[in-house]
Amino acid sequence: MSTFWSIWISVIVLGTVLGCWWLLWSVRRGQSSDLETDQTTGHSYDGIEEYDNPLPKWWVHLFTATIVFSLGYLVLYPGLGSFEGLLGWTQEKQWEQEMQKAEARYGELYARYADTPVKELAQNEDALQMGQRLFANNCAVCHGSAARGAIGFPNLTDDAWIWGGSPENIKTTLHNGRQNAMPAKGTMPNMTSEQVDQVVNYVLSFSDRERSAEAAEAGEKVFQQACVACHGPNGKGNPALGAPNLTDDAWLYGSTYDWIKETVMNGRQNEMPAQEGRLSDDQIHILATYVWSLSNRGQ
Amino acid sequence: MSTANFDLTYNYKVVRQFTIMTVVWGILGMAMGVLIASQLYWPSMNLDLPWTHFGRLRPLHTNLVIFGFGGSALFATSYYVVQRTCQARLLSDGLAAFTFWGWNLVLVLACITLPMGFTSTKEYAELEWPIDILITVVWVAYAMVFFGTIMKRKAKHIYVANWFYGAFIITVAVLHIGNNLELPVSAFKSYSIYAGVTDAMMQWWWGHNAVGFFLTAGFLGMMYYFVPKQADRPVYSYRLSIVHFWALLATYVWAGGHHLHYSALPDWAQTAGMVMSLILLAPSWGGMINGMMTLSGAWHKLRTDPILRFLVVSLSFYGMSTFEGPMMAIKTVNALSHNTDWTIGHVHSGALGWVAMISIGATYHLVPKLWGVSKMYSVNLINIHFWLATIGTVLYIVAMWVNGIMQGLMWRAVNADGTLTYSFVEALEASKPGYLVRFIGGAIFLSGMLVMAYNAWMTVRQKDAVALDNSAPQAA
Ligand code: HEC
Ligand code: HEC
Ligand code: HEM
Ligand code: HEM
Repeated sequence: MSTFWSIWISVIVLGTVLGCWWLLWSVRRGQSSDLETDQTTGHSYDGIEEYDNPLPKWWVHLFTATIVFSLGYLVLYPGLGSFEGLLGWTQEKQWEQEMQKAEARYGELYARYADTPVKELAQNEDALQMGQRLFANNCAVCHGSAARGAIGFPNLTDDAWIWGGSPENIKTTLHNGRQNAMPAKGTMPNMTSEQVDQVVNYVLSFSDRERSAEAAEAGEKVFQQACVACHGPNGKGNPALGAPNLTDDAWLYGSTYDWIKETVMNGRQNEMPAQEGRLSDDQIHILATYVWSLSNRGQ
Repeated sequence: MSTANFDLTYNYKVVRQFTIMTVVWGILGMAMGVLIASQLYWPSMNLDLPWTHFGRLRPLHTNLVIFGFGGSALFATSYYVVQRTCQARLLSDGLAAFTFWGWNLVLVLACITLPMGFTSTKEYAELEWPIDILITVVWVAYAMVFFGTIMKRKAKHIYVANWFYGAFIITVAVLHIGNNLELPVSAFKSYSIYAGVTDAMMQWWWGHNAVGFFLTAGFLGMMYYFVPKQADRPVYSYRLSIVHFWALLATYVWAGGHHLHYSALPDWAQTAGMVMSLILLAPSWGGMINGMMTLSGAWHKLRTDPILRFLVVSLSFYGMSTFEGPMMAIKTVNALSHNTDWTIGHVHSGALGWVAMISIGATYHLVPKLWGVSKMYSVNLINIHFWLATIGTVLYIVAMWVNGIMQGLMWRAVNADGTLTYSFVEALEASKPGYLVRFIGGAIFLSGMLVMAYNAWMTVRQKDAVALDNSAPQAA
């Protein structure tokens, strides 16, 4: 803030506060008496008169108290332009302090599991419960409180993984997030609507869903040309690219003809937000354990 | 009165028109409130249609109650009060009629465009730019009529009610224009010329003064006429009115920052918003005291006069919400209350308890006068309305306080490992009973409005009722 603005702000803030004070005291000093009167000001408006009563004492004290409090507050806290206030308080500092306090208080609870490998930690009930709470706070908004997902948000309890389900894969997903995109019509931008129909029927055949057998047969050729680069020759997907397996009957979007057609026609874009910086490494370790355990219970 | 002017008549026609619309928009706006309250309890009440969805009807509710109901009450009473306390006819009948038709056109356009989804997204300033321009034109005409009438006054001094009405008109004009500066991109879409936090601050500079000037200063003007008039007592203290008037003006314009605590707004602006809100307590209570103490010596009238009871209870709610407001403006309290139903409770203790009750009291005072009969058709029905309004308000705000504090506490509750104890949905689930109580309270309040409409209708249909359009000043 430039000096000009700093002075300007200070002057008008203090001017308003002190102006109120001046107003209060000058009107009070003009009172003829401190007692209630039946004197009116002598005017009458549509029959309404006004008494010349004094300001109620308790009210004057209340007013004065709020002014004194405010002046004190302005000395202690930032308010007068770039003057920082004697306490040096800022909302950022308050936030940092609260985060540090939380770290000091809770960090230890998470840190004690940091060295236990995921598969081993998945046997620890306390850690899993902690993971479940972290999940409810940070992940349930998208993946659902039971982690079963929703349209566009993967189910984390099944064996179908877009990016791979090993502890390392899951950790990478959590740390860095995932940006995912499927281009419209795969690698064949000039696909005709007939070919779209064919390839959709072909995809339906992977999981043995209702389809037109004839179109599905013709679709195989389209698939080989437009889709294999990512989904692989058998449609089994490629976790390295984030291309889902199309044969497992686990669906990120819908499983019907219309949903699949929508995917092929318009492509898809999706994002799992990176947790690094939001959550500590120790917390991510526990979350990864929890997520891994969901599809590996009993192992 | 030595200077009585025997050619003088008052323009009551426009006052009558606005009084009728106060009741009409009051019913429509509150019915909208009851509808959206029901949607928060029974989601199927959204009817699965875009036009009837909560997101579109909520701003319709706020526009209809604030600008339709509150606005009509302010137009009606300010035109009435300024004529009678200045002993002058309105500056221009034509301009006054223009403000009536123009203002109602604005509201009809709100009823059409908001459900269609046209919105500038700024709260209490949702209407799109062509309507904003219409509002500006109507408002300028209003200012000309009002201040023009004051210039014509016979007495040297200006009555305190008119100070408040005048301050309300000027401030709303400045802030309406300031906040709605926008770049149109099509007939019904515009973008604010401000960006980021500046836009937020402009919005709440307006937003808080929609509260401070539209819903407060204007209604204090109403209070300063109707309370002494109905109680037939002199105003308690002229000095008090001077101090609280100027202090209210000076501090209200600063207080908008308390809507943006713990945000990107620079610390100094948040602090200024907070301290000015605290100082605002005394000036606000100044108005309450002046109204309440005006009754000293006339308290017994409360037993027989339900109109006076409306006015006094409205002052109590005014005192309560202006105590609550400064508390909520303290950062640590706001950290709990912000975004919870506590705010909604605070809003409606002001809106139902203060704004609506005082407008209802003033309307009951006005209707017989404007139609030349001695009193309302049924005092009993006014009494019934009083109890419906009071019970409705209490149910509404108590439900929201309970909900609000519970939500604030649930959102911040943490487990031993620092994770949140409750998910958002759990807090929502816990709020459900409160939403039902709020719906019931709102429906009770609305039923009172219907009683008033019936009572007013029967009053103007009485044999001896005549619409007084060009009334001569009567002896007070
Ligand atoms: C804003 C919504 C959102 C939030 C919050 C979120 N996710 Fe995700 N997550 C997604 C989306 C969308 C995907 C799918 C990305 C894709 O299409 O490749 C995903 C993918 C994943 C995957 C990979 C699934 C697979 O099949 O490979 C894992 C594991 C995962 N999320 C775990 C988590 C955890 C644990 C959290 C909580 C820290 C979390 N997510 C929070 C949206 C979210
Ligand atoms: C450039 C790589 C790429 C190509 C080529 C490609 N896809 Fe995809 N596909 C993806 C990715 C990545 C996703 C996951 C998108 C997401 O996470 O939102 C996906 C998702 C899908 C889905 C949704 C799966 C589900 O679980 O709901 C279908 C169906 C699909 N692809 C079919 C096809 C078909 C058919 C073709 C050929 C026409 C094709 N894809 C070509 C990368 C590709
Ligand atoms: C029958 C009476 C009423 C009912 C049932 C009612 C109901 C509601 C509901 C359900 C909301 C939305 C709350 C939310 O989003 O959680 C709301 C908001 C609001 N209402 Fe009312 N209302 C009524 C009367 C009034 C009146 C008379 C006024 C003003 C004079 C008013 C002013 C407002 C305002 C300003 C908001 C927005 C509050 C905010 O954003 O914080 N209401 N009302
Ligand atoms: C001294 C007087 C008052 C002060 C200091 C004050 C202060 C506040 C505060 C701190 C909030 C909450 C802001 C937030 O957390 O988002 C608020 C909200 C609100 N108040 Fe007041 N209040 C006062 C009087 C009133 C009165 C009399 C009314 C109504 C007639 C009123 C109507 C509102 C409305 C409508 C909101 C909701 C704004 C929104 O979020 O949409 N206030 N007020």
